[in-house]
Amino acid sequence: MPNFIDRRLNPKDKSLGNRQRFLRRARDELKRAINDRVRSGKIETADQDQIIPIPRKGISEPTFQRAPHSGHREDVLPGNKTFGTGDRIPRPAAGGGKGSDPSSSGDGADDFQFVLSRGEVLDLFFEDLELPDLVKHNLKEVVTFRPRRAGFTMSGNPTSISVGRTMFNSFGRRIALRRPKQAEIDELAAELKKLEGERRPSAATQQRIAVLRVDLATLARRRKLIPYIDPIDIRFNRFEPQPVPNANAVMFCLMDVSGSMGEREKDLAKRFFVLLHLFLKRRYEKTDIVFIRHTHEASEVDEDTFFYSTQSGGTVVSTALEEMLRVIRERYPSKDWNIYAAQASDGDNIPNDSERCVSILDKTLMRLCQYYAYVEIIDERESEMFRHADNGTSLWNAYREVSAEWPNFAMTRIAKPSDIYPVFHELFAKAPAPAKRG
Amino acid sequence: MENRAKSSQLLFTSSDWNFDDLSRAYDAIKEIAVDELRLDFYPNQIEVISSEQMLDAYSSIGMPLMYQHWSFGKHFVHESNLYRKGRMGLAYELVINSNPCITYLMEENTMALQTLVIAHASFGHNHFFKNNYLFQQWTDAGAILAYMEFAKSYIARCEERYGPAAVEAVLDAAHSLMPQAVFRYRRRPRLSVEREQARIRERLEHEERTFSDLWRTLPQATEAEAPREVETDMSERQSAIEYPEENLLYFLEKYSPVLKAWQREILRIVRVIAQYFYPQRQTKVMNEGCATFVHYTIMNRLFDKGQISEGTMLEVLQNHSNVVFQPSFDDPRYGGLNPYTLGFNMMRDIQRICTTPTAEDRDWFPDFAGNGDWCGTLLDAWATHRDESFIRQFLSPALIRDMRLFSLQEEASDPYYEVTAIHDERGYERVRSRLADNYDVGVTQPDIQAIDADLKGDRKLRIKHTVHHGTTLQEDTRNETLRYIQRLWGHEVSMVGIDDTTDKTLYEISTKDLGEKT
Repeated sequence: MPNFIDRRLNPKDKSLGNRQRFLRRARDELKRAINDRVRSGKIETADQDQIIPIPRKGISEPTFQRAPHSGHREDVLPGNKTFGTGDRIPRPAAGGGKGSDPSSSGDGADDFQFVLSRGEVLDLFFEDLELPDLVKHNLKEVVTFRPRRAGFTMSGNPTSISVGRTMFNSFGRRIALRRPKQAEIDELAAELKKLEGERRPSAATQQRIAVLRVDLATLARRRKLIPYIDPIDIRFNRFEPQPVPNANAVMFCLMDVSGSMGEREKDLAKRFFVLLHLFLKRRYEKTDIVFIRHTHEASEVDEDTFFYSTQSGGTVVSTALEEMLRVIRERYPSKDWNIYAAQASDGDNIPNDSERCVSILDKTLMRLCQYYAYVEIIDERESEMFRHADNGTSLWNAYREVSAEWPNFAMTRIAKPSDIYPVFHELFAKAPAPAKRG
Repeated sequence: MENRAKSSQLLFTSSDWNFDDLSRAYDAIKEIAVDELRLDFYPNQIEVISSEQMLDAYSSIGMPLMYQHWSFGKHFVHESNLYRKGRMGLAYELVINSNPCITYLMEENTMALQTLVIAHASFGHNHFFKNNYLFQQWTDAGAILAYMEFAKSYIARCEERYGPAAVEAVLDAAHSLMPQAVFRYRRRPRLSVEREQARIRERLEHEERTFSDLWRTLPQATEAEAPREVETDMSERQSAIEYPEENLLYFLEKYSPVLKAWQREILRIVRVIAQYFYPQRQTKVMNEGCATFVHYTIMNRLFDKGQISEGTMLEVLQNHSNVVFQPSFDDPRYGGLNPYTLGFNMMRDIQRICTTPTAEDRDWFPDFAGNGDWCGTLLDAWATHRDESFIRQFLSPALIRDMRLFSLQEEASDPYYEVTAIHDERGYERVRSRLADNYDVGVTQPDIQAIDADLKGDRKLRIKHTVHHGTTLQEDTRNETLRYIQRLWGHEVSMVGIDDTTDKTLYEISTKDLGEKT
């Protein structure tokens, strides 16, 4: 009889520490892969588990290895069919895979896949954007639950004993099992005492005394056997975790897609949208995204069209705002939805339209929106020139009025990915608790 | 068939396993192993684990306890990916050369498979571990688990104290030198964990005892003395060095001018582990062959005795033939000679030669052909050989014909491969000796030695690679590894490649020329 040990219940993930060390090691590669993924993937899936291929070079473990085709070597192989001694076989063309060395033909090109959890993805994603840790923590926080009363249960901890229900049960049981009451016993005891006190008890009295004694003893035994509170009477309050009711949110992505918006501009805009979406998703149970693109006219489109298809035309920003207004009126009544809007543009607009935009925002949109963010994507060379908020494009100048008027309107210029974060800083600073939590 | 007993003798009937069936099967196997095969083994400890735990065990090179390092995480990811995609099945078992001998069984296995695995690992491998001279000489089965426990906690302590990055830097470098971290000709001193721990405790206590905060307040007048101290220390070390030294990790541990005590200790740990696995590298064919032969023989005996059913036997045979499947060289599945097949075939062949030899066998193996005692012959072979000598001694012409082995020569300068020998009268000897060469670690491992280090002067370390048969090293990994050596040595490291026949210098490279790693 050997020593059998069942290890199946031992903790798993013994190699979790190794995994973390490996992640740290492959960080740069992973970050690059995730940024690529965010660039090409859908906004809504940006924070899900990701399968990331890693090229092996960043994580090689070198040792002294024999060069595969150098010098003289002689191998023994099985399964000869037609060869005779002295036969010559032409060497396959370089890289022709099958050779006589099975040992080290690995050319290291094949990537291997790595599945990252949501938390790991977010870590890597935010690292690039230089978010402070506090915000990262906030964004990753899961939905909280509130305990809600949900009846009673037989088990629980002593602090949640329901006294009322317990006594209720105990009472019923006592009646059903006919537990003698104290009053009954007292009555018999009093009678017994009275009879015993008699000077010359008659035979009938003596008999009565004997009966009373027996009865009393029976009652006392019954009382002992049927306890006042039995463990089966005890009930505990039951609590069920209930998600804190969160309101719905809708996020409007507005983007200028006229010719002046190139790949770089769209990429920056996309990153901004992704961040805003992550933020909203954390805060609200249900988030919708509406994509509105515009040139000289605006239309609601799906995500792919939004980012990848081009359309030529002029630039009339107000059309996008009107379209947004239309969608809100049709589908997202502001009493049911928290409305967030993010507009990305390079700042171009036809003359006189900017005033119109301001008036739309001022009169209606800003009253409906929780938050409106305008990001202007500029050239890195221009970022010097536009250091001061005073100079800017026509749209920028016009929006400054709105910004002065409404605290929930934020505007920034973005030239590189690391500029994106400050916009969020404003979001947190200006509207500390836009969502009603619990 | 007629000598098979009734079904009442069956050890188990269901294909699901339970611990009662397991221990009944174990006892039946043990009876055959002891009485008929005369095996001698360490006490067994059999542990049932899940597939995730098996993957965990895989990634830490099969040890139940291992320190943490990113490369294990990498292997884990790699293996679990292969497994999930169905490209690789998990081993049904994992066995550890320790006393007691630990065997892991996967919970997914059927009862038939568990029986097979117990016969294979808990008796086959176990016997080999206990009796083979290499294992006896180089490993200390009784102490390895305790030593790993020590290694794990020591490295964890180092991480706490010096930061994971510093520890990782040392481990990375040490791992890259693992193949160059074994003594091949010297008996490694016995591991004793108690002694090991006492040594370290003593060192720490000494530090604590001699530490006095007052020293800090003394004026720094001793500066002139300090270098002299270093000087004497270095010259002591210099005189202690013995050249050449092929155990590079040992060399660095003892003589590196820059390493701190804890870093040397880590090198030592890596070195001890490399040494522990050294016999396994040399006995793959024999070890697997022995285990496969044992399970094959035992399962057949169980069947003959009526202890397992036909259904079970069919399942066993199917798994067995998967294990010993050998695709031909031109098959897309071909990935070298299967050590299970080669070992198993050779041992079955020895059994055949002992019992029913042909004239050819009597000619080739006069010592044991027809001696009738195949069991004794095998026990002796298992105990006294490694792959290289085993093949050189026991590979028979009959088996060369069966497996249709041929040898193929590759000369870097020629545009063709040449078939140098096939399974014919002229070829047997050559096929056999080439095959043996290919299992000789002395031949397959590059010959690299430390030949000079000037501790008192410029502290340059010189390494010599003796090039046999013109086989050079891959340049990129060579340079990376040299950088790692430099990290441990702290000063310039140069490497020279010398051809063993012509004595010509083929290449010379120094870490100075390599530049900083980007």
